[in-house]
Amino acid sequence: MTISRDTRRRFLSRSLGGLAALLGAGCDRLNQTEWFPRVLTSGEKISAAVHKTLVSRKAMAQEFTMADLSPSFRSNGTSNPDSALYQALAKDQFAHWALRVDGLVSAPREFTLAQLKALPPRTQITRHDCVEGWSAIGKWTGVPLSQVLAAVQPTSAARYVVFHCADPMEKDGSSPYYESIDMEDAHHPQTILAYALNDATLPIGNGAPLRLRVERQLGYKQAKYLMRLELVDRLDDIHGGNGGYWEDGSGYQWYAGI
Amino acid sequence: MSNAAAATGAPPAKVLYYRHRLPIRLVHWFNVLCLTVLLLSGFGIFNAHPSLYWGHSSYSARPAVLQIGAVNTVAGPRGVLRIAGLEFDTTGVLGVSVRSDGSINQHAFPAWLTIPGSYSLADSRLWHFFFAWMLLFNGIFYLVYSIASGHLRRDMLPSRADLAGIGASIRDHLKFRHPVGDAARRYNVLQKFAYLGVIFILLPLIILMGMAMSPTLDAFMTGWVDLFGGRQSARTIHFIIALLLVAFVLIHVFEVVVSGLFNHLRSMVTGYYAIDAAAPEKGSEK
Repeated sequence: MTISRDTRRRFLSRSLGGLAALLGAGCDRLNQTEWFPRVLTSGEKISAAVHKTLVSRKAMAQEFTMADLSPSFRSNGTSNPDSALYQALAKDQFAHWALRVDGLVSAPREFTLAQLKALPPRTQITRHDCVEGWSAIGKWTGVPLSQVLAAVQPTSAARYVVFHCADPMEKDGSSPYYESIDMEDAHHPQTILAYALNDATLPIGNGAPLRLRVERQLGYKQAKYLMRLELVDRLDDIHGGNGGYWEDGSGYQWYAGI
Repeated sequence: MSNAAAATGAPPAKVLYYRHRLPIRLVHWFNVLCLTVLLLSGFGIFNAHPSLYWGHSSYSARPAVLQIGAVNTVAGPRGVLRIAGLEFDTTGVLGVSVRSDGSINQHAFPAWLTIPGSYSLADSRLWHFFFAWMLLFNGIFYLVYSIASGHLRRDMLPSRADLAGIGASIRDHLKFRHPVGDAARRYNVLQKFAYLGVIFILLPLIILMGMAMSPTLDAFMTGWVDLFGGRQSARTIHFIIALLLVAFVLIHVFEVVVSGLFNHLRSMVTGYYAIDAAAPEKGSEK
């Protein structure tokens, strides 16, 4: 009786273990094929389409109160760009920094920090949601992207805004960070180019002198260390062609609303 | 000895009756696939930030409610699980584990419990969100079918007699005494409550808590996530429900094993379930 129970238990645990190993190996093999990840990506396409239908274009991300602020806002990703140009700009508090806005616009131009700060600002206390799962709440002040766009007048062909950043993601100084959003998000009232965090000048750890806040999307969209905005009609020709650094290199989805 | 084995001692005549219709069997096994992939890819996602919090944010001056990590000691890395101020050494399983190639894995959940086996947040998310849609489609199909066919009303909703018999049913379960003959044709009342709880409470709630983690869906109606305590609370509830579903599956499989593994498996594969013919038969077959 004991033997048979032991045998039965061993059989059960072995078959369970075998099943788990089989499932794991099977999933890993599927994960390495060309076609299966493509099938899985259809889930992301459904999500993006359903979100666009369900959530109105102008729906606002939740805003919080001072009591909700995180004691310190976590610096994630690059905390101090390893680039000679950036370090030179940082040395004199970005007095010689300027944001270039070009591409499919009628009036390409550069904006100094003072010029950006002269535009009517927006302040919002929002929750930053990292793709990893954590959240932090910060108070951002900046210029709505829609105002910057109004100044340069995008042509009717423009479909995306590409954010070119100062931080190289490779040790050899190559692969600058970049991200992109569509014109709907670009014109959303909460989409701002922030120069202040928690009522103080934006720290280098959080993207000084200027970073994107596109609430309603995950953290990797919130490009820091902005240098240049480029309006384009397609993303294929920019770096790896997937619309962002993590999208190109690590398979993150361009739609970061989930 | 189990009842099934006892029954074979002095075999009474058995009759097969058609217990599970094809759509229910398909939904059941597809659900097994979806929930398995969702759990394992969910563990893969959790590995990206193996801490759970209560409230809107993770950085609120309050400590995490649950944390899995690794600490370096002179004897090498140790896996640590912290829950509500208590600390447990979980080396080998949580925090620090060994991969099949012998290398040390310092992620919260071991490689054999995640999809994919090697850490990839992007891929785990792909698997998770795809099978979340599959689970939702499966659930909608199940609801439509079981309402339209009468399965829900006839087989799932507890009758007045069921409700009156709860005490007896609890006693039967504690003694591992399972219904035989005609009574075995129906789900017992505890079984009905367990299934209804999973179908109408746990599964909808875990999907909703998943949606609460999406920054875009949070904007659907400003502040709806506050009903559950905030985004990080929703993430914690999502994780707790996942564990409750695992607990349900363990009990479900246990009950299946002790009340006749082969008979149940056959009925969920072919539809046919064997009962004692000795008991009087009445009513029509489903």
